[in-house]
Amino acid sequence: MKVAITSTGNSTDAVLDSRFGRCSWFIIYDTELKSTEFIPNPNIDSIEGAGIASARLIASKGAEKVISGEFGAKVKGVFDSLNIKLIVIKEENKTIKDIIKLFQK
Amino acid sequence: MPRPKLIRKVSNPPNFKGFKPIGGPENTHVVVMNYEEYEAIRLSDYELFGQMRASSQMGISRSTFARIYESARRKVALSFTQGLPIVFEGGKVYFDSEWYQCNDCGSLFNHHDRETLANECSLCCSKNIEQFSDESDDVSERNLKCK
Ligand SMILES: [Zn+2]
Repeated sequence: MKVAITSTGNSTDAVLDSRFGRCSWFIIYDTELKSTEFIPNPNIDSIEGAGIASARLIASKGAEKVISGEFGAKVKGVFDSLNIKLIVIKEENKTIKDIIKLFQK
Repeated sequence: MPRPKLIRKVSNPPNFKGFKPIGGPENTHVVVMNYEEYEAIRLSDYELFGQMRASSQMGISRSTFARIYESARRKVALSFTQGLPIVFEGGKVYFDSEWYQCNDCGSLFNHHDRETLANECSLCCSKNIEQFSDESDDVSERNLKCK
Protein backbone atom coordinates (compact mmCIF):
# COMPACT_ATOMS: atom_id res chain seq x y z
CA MET A 1 0.00 0.00 0.00
CA LYS A 2 1.20 3.52 -0.78
CA VAL A 3 0.84 6.35 1.71
CA ALA A 4 1.36 10.06 1.03
CA ILE A 5 2.89 12.20 3.79
CA THR A 6 3.29 16.00 3.68
CA SER A 7 6.85 16.94 4.54
CA THR A 8 8.85 20.11 5.17
CA GLY A 9 11.92 18.62 3.47
CA ASN A 10 13.13 15.95 1.07
CA SER A 11 14.50 13.51 3.62
CA THR A 12 12.90 11.24 6.20
CA ASP A 13 14.61 13.34 8.91
CA ALA A 14 12.39 16.28 7.95
CA VAL A 15 9.28 16.99 10.04
CA LEU A 16 5.67 16.64 8.95
CA ASP A 17 4.36 19.72 7.12
CA SER A 18 1.12 20.67 8.83
CA ARG A 19 -0.33 22.30 5.70
CA PHE A 20 -1.75 19.89 3.19
CA GLY A 21 -2.22 21.86 -0.04
CA ARG A 22 0.82 24.09 0.43
CA CYS A 23 3.27 21.68 1.99
CA SER A 24 6.85 21.75 0.69
CA TRP A 25 7.16 18.09 -0.29
CA PHE A 26 5.00 15.04 -0.71
CA ILE A 27 6.54 11.77 0.32
CA ILE A 28 5.08 8.62 -1.17
CA TYR A 29 5.91 5.72 1.12
CA ASP A 30 5.35 2.16 -0.05
CA THR A 31 4.63 -0.02 2.99
CA GLU A 32 5.48 -3.29 1.19
CA LEU A 33 8.68 -2.20 -0.57
CA LYS A 34 9.60 0.17 2.29
CA SER A 35 10.58 2.68 -0.39
CA THR A 36 10.16 6.44 -0.37
CA GLU A 37 9.65 8.83 -3.26
CA PHE A 38 10.02 12.59 -2.75
CA ILE A 39 7.92 14.93 -4.89
CA PRO A 40 8.28 18.72 -4.61
CA ASN A 41 4.80 20.26 -4.31
CA PRO A 42 4.09 22.01 -7.65
CA ASN A 43 1.09 23.79 -6.12
CA ILE A 44 2.91 25.58 -3.33
CA ASP A 45 2.54 29.04 -4.90
CA SER A 46 -0.96 28.59 -6.36
CA ILE A 47 -3.31 31.40 -5.44
CA GLU A 48 -6.19 29.00 -5.15
CA GLY A 49 -7.00 25.37 -5.71
CA ALA A 50 -3.71 24.16 -4.18
CA GLY A 51 -5.54 21.60 -2.04
CA ILE A 52 -7.53 20.07 -4.88
CA ALA A 53 -4.54 19.98 -7.25
CA SER A 54 -2.45 18.32 -4.53
CA ALA A 55 -5.19 15.78 -3.88
CA ARG A 56 -5.19 14.85 -7.59
CA LEU A 57 -1.41 14.53 -7.58
CA ILE A 58 -1.54 12.15 -4.63
CA ALA A 59 -4.31 10.11 -6.24
CA SER A 60 -2.26 9.83 -9.45
CA LYS A 61 0.55 8.27 -7.39
CA GLY A 62 -1.80 5.54 -6.20
CA ALA A 63 -1.74 6.47 -2.50
CA GLU A 64 -4.51 4.91 -0.40
CA LYS A 65 -3.90 7.03 2.69
CA VAL A 66 -2.63 10.55 3.21
CA ILE A 67 -1.07 12.01 6.35
CA SER A 68 -0.91 15.72 7.17
CA GLY A 69 -1.57 18.22 9.97
CA GLU A 70 -4.93 19.42 8.66
CA PHE A 71 -7.28 19.16 5.69
CA GLY A 72 -9.87 21.66 4.51
CA ALA A 73 -13.42 20.47 3.94
CA LYS A 74 -13.17 20.77 0.14
CA VAL A 75 -10.07 18.62 0.02
CA LYS A 76 -11.62 16.14 2.39
CA GLY A 77 -14.57 15.80 0.02
CA VAL A 78 -12.22 15.11 -2.89
CA PHE A 79 -10.39 12.41 -0.93
CA ASP A 80 -13.68 10.89 0.18
CA SER A 81 -14.81 10.61 -3.42
CA LEU A 82 -11.48 8.99 -4.35
CA ASN A 83 -11.78 6.64 -1.38
CA ILE A 84 -8.44 7.80 0.02
CA LYS A 85 -8.25 7.78 3.81
CA LEU A 86 -7.07 10.78 5.81
CA ILE A 87 -4.84 10.71 8.86
CA VAL A 88 -4.28 13.88 10.89
CA ILE A 89 -1.27 14.22 13.19
CA LYS A 90 -1.54 17.25 15.42
CA GLU A 91 1.69 16.66 17.29
CA GLU A 92 4.25 19.23 16.14
CA ASN A 93 7.78 18.39 15.01
CA LYS A 94 7.08 14.75 14.29
CA THR A 95 9.62 13.46 11.78
CA ILE A 96 8.74 11.49 8.67
CA LYS A 97 10.97 8.68 9.97
CA ASP A 98 8.89 8.42 13.16
CA ILE A 99 5.65 8.34 11.19
CA ILE A 100 6.94 5.61 8.88
CA LYS A 101 7.93 3.58 11.95
CA LEU A 102 4.30 3.55 13.08
CA PHE A 103 3.38 1.67 9.90
CA GLN A 104 5.93 -1.01 10.69
CA LYS A 105 4.55 -1.84 14.10
CA MET B 1 4.22 27.86 16.92
CA PRO B 2 0.58 28.38 15.90
CA ARG B 3 -2.01 26.52 17.87
CA PRO B 4 -3.57 23.66 15.85
CA LYS B 5 -6.77 24.65 14.11
CA LEU B 6 -9.98 23.75 15.88
CA ILE B 7 -11.96 21.01 14.34
CA ARG B 8 -15.56 22.10 14.17
CA LYS B 9 -18.17 19.47 13.89
CA VAL B 10 -20.90 19.51 11.31
CA SER B 11 -23.14 16.51 11.83
CA ASN B 12 -25.44 17.09 8.90
CA PRO B 13 -23.71 18.71 5.97
CA PRO B 14 -26.22 19.95 3.35
CA ASN B 15 -26.69 17.43 0.53
CA PHE B 16 -27.19 20.21 -1.99
CA LYS B 17 -24.84 22.94 -3.15
CA GLY B 18 -26.80 26.10 -2.44
CA PHE B 19 -29.84 28.23 -3.30
CA LYS B 20 -30.89 30.32 -6.28
CA PRO B 21 -33.50 33.10 -6.26
CA ILE B 22 -36.51 32.61 -8.53
CA GLY B 23 -36.83 35.06 -11.42
CA GLY B 24 -35.08 38.44 -11.44
CA PRO B 25 -31.94 39.29 -13.37
CA GLU B 26 -29.03 36.86 -13.76
CA ASN B 27 -26.63 37.37 -10.90
CA THR B 28 -22.91 37.60 -11.25
CA HIS B 29 -22.35 37.69 -7.49
CA VAL B 30 -22.98 34.90 -5.02
CA VAL B 31 -22.99 34.73 -1.24
CA VAL B 32 -20.53 32.07 -0.07
CA MET B 33 -21.68 30.43 3.11
CA ASN B 34 -19.40 27.90 4.78
CA TYR B 35 -20.61 24.70 6.42
CA GLU B 36 -20.03 26.06 9.90
CA GLU B 37 -22.40 28.93 9.19
CA TYR B 38 -24.94 26.57 7.71
CA GLU B 39 -24.66 24.35 10.77
CA ALA B 40 -25.02 27.31 13.16
CA ILE B 41 -28.34 28.27 11.55
CA ARG B 42 -29.50 24.66 11.42
CA LEU B 43 -28.82 24.07 15.10
CA SER B 44 -30.14 27.43 16.28
CA ASP B 45 -33.18 28.05 14.11
CA TYR B 46 -34.13 24.59 12.86
CA GLU B 47 -33.28 22.33 15.80
CA LEU B 48 -34.04 25.23 18.15
CA PHE B 49 -31.08 24.45 20.39
CA GLY B 50 -29.91 27.22 22.70
CA GLN B 51 -26.49 28.71 21.99
CA MET B 52 -24.95 26.66 24.79
CA ARG B 53 -26.11 23.35 23.38
CA ALA B 54 -25.46 24.35 19.77
CA SER B 55 -21.91 25.45 20.53
CA SER B 56 -21.10 22.27 22.44
CA GLN B 57 -22.56 20.21 19.61
CA MET B 58 -20.17 21.92 17.20
CA GLY B 59 -17.32 21.56 19.66
CA ILE B 60 -16.63 25.29 19.89
CA SER B 61 -16.92 28.00 22.53
CA ARG B 62 -20.10 30.03 22.87
CA SER B 63 -18.41 33.23 21.74
CA THR B 64 -17.11 31.51 18.62
CA PHE B 65 -20.55 30.09 17.95
CA ALA B 66 -22.13 33.54 18.36
CA ARG B 67 -19.69 35.00 15.85
CA ILE B 68 -20.32 32.27 13.26
CA TYR B 69 -24.09 32.49 13.75
CA GLU B 70 -24.11 36.29 13.32
CA SER B 71 -22.10 36.00 10.12
CA ALA B 72 -24.50 33.31 8.85
CA ARG B 73 -27.58 35.47 9.51
CA ARG B 74 -26.07 38.44 7.74
CA LYS B 75 -25.37 36.29 4.71
CA VAL B 76 -28.93 34.99 4.64
CA ALA B 77 -30.23 38.56 4.93
CA LEU B 78 -27.95 39.74 2.13
CA SER B 79 -29.08 36.92 -0.12
CA PHE B 80 -32.77 37.56 0.61
CA THR B 81 -32.76 41.30 0.12
CA GLN B 82 -30.43 41.42 -2.88
CA GLY B 83 -31.72 38.26 -4.52
CA LEU B 84 -28.25 36.70 -4.53
CA PRO B 85 -27.64 32.96 -4.80
CA ILE B 86 -26.07 31.20 -1.79
CA VAL B 87 -23.27 28.74 -2.44
CA PHE B 88 -22.09 26.40 0.31
CA GLU B 89 -18.39 25.97 0.79
CA GLY B 90 -16.19 24.31 3.37
CA GLY B 91 -14.32 26.09 6.11
CA LYS B 92 -12.06 24.12 8.43
CA VAL B 93 -14.64 21.48 9.11
CA TYR B 94 -14.52 17.76 9.53
CA PHE B 95 -17.79 15.97 9.25
CA ASP B 96 -18.85 14.27 12.42
CA SER B 97 -19.22 10.53 13.11
CA GLU B 98 -16.55 9.24 10.81
CA TRP B 99 -13.50 10.56 12.67
CA TYR B 100 -11.60 8.52 15.21
CA GLN B 101 -8.69 9.12 17.52
CA CYS B 102 -5.98 6.55 18.22
CA ASN B 103 -5.00 6.29 21.88
CA ASP B 104 -1.65 4.76 21.00
CA CYS B 105 -0.15 7.03 18.35
CA GLY B 106 -2.45 10.02 18.93
CA SER B 107 -3.45 10.43 15.29
CA LEU B 108 -6.92 11.26 14.04
CA PHE B 109 -8.24 9.34 11.08
CA ASN B 110 -11.45 9.04 9.12
CA HIS B 111 -13.47 6.03 8.17
CA HIS B 112 -15.44 6.10 4.94
CA ASP B 113 -18.13 3.55 5.58
CA ARG B 114 -20.65 5.23 7.86
CA GLU B 115 -22.51 1.94 8.30
CA THR B 116 -19.68 0.21 10.14
CA LEU B 117 -17.34 1.24 12.92
CA ALA B 118 -13.60 1.45 12.34
CA ASN B 119 -11.80 -1.31 14.23
CA GLU B 120 -8.17 -0.24 14.02
CA CYS B 121 -5.98 2.83 13.65
CA SER B 122 -5.30 3.77 10.01
CA LEU B 123 -1.70 4.56 10.94
CA CYS B 124 -0.40 2.15 13.60
CA CYS B 125 -3.14 -0.54 13.45
CA SER B 126 -3.80 -0.25 17.20
CA LYS B 127 -7.27 -1.39 18.29
CA ASN B 128 -7.20 1.18 21.08
CA ILE B 129 -9.26 3.80 19.25
CA GLU B 130 -12.31 5.88 19.98
CA GLN B 131 -14.68 8.16 18.12
CA PHE B 132 -13.10 11.59 18.05
CA SER B 133 -14.33 14.44 20.18
CA ASP B 134 -12.47 17.71 20.60
CA GLU B 135 -13.61 19.05 23.95
CA SER B 136 -10.04 19.70 25.04
CA ASP B 137 -9.57 22.13 22.16
CA ASP B 138 -12.69 23.96 23.15
CA VAL B 139 -11.40 24.35 26.69
CA SER B 140 -8.05 25.65 25.51
CA GLU B 141 -9.81 28.19 23.32
CA ARG B 142 -11.88 29.39 26.25
CA ASN B 143 -8.76 29.69 28.38
CA LEU B 144 -7.08 31.76 25.71
CA LYS B 145 -10.03 34.11 25.59
CA CYS B 146 -9.91 34.66 29.37
CA LYS B 147 -6.27 35.72 29.38
ZN1 LIG C 1 -2.55 4.69 15.94
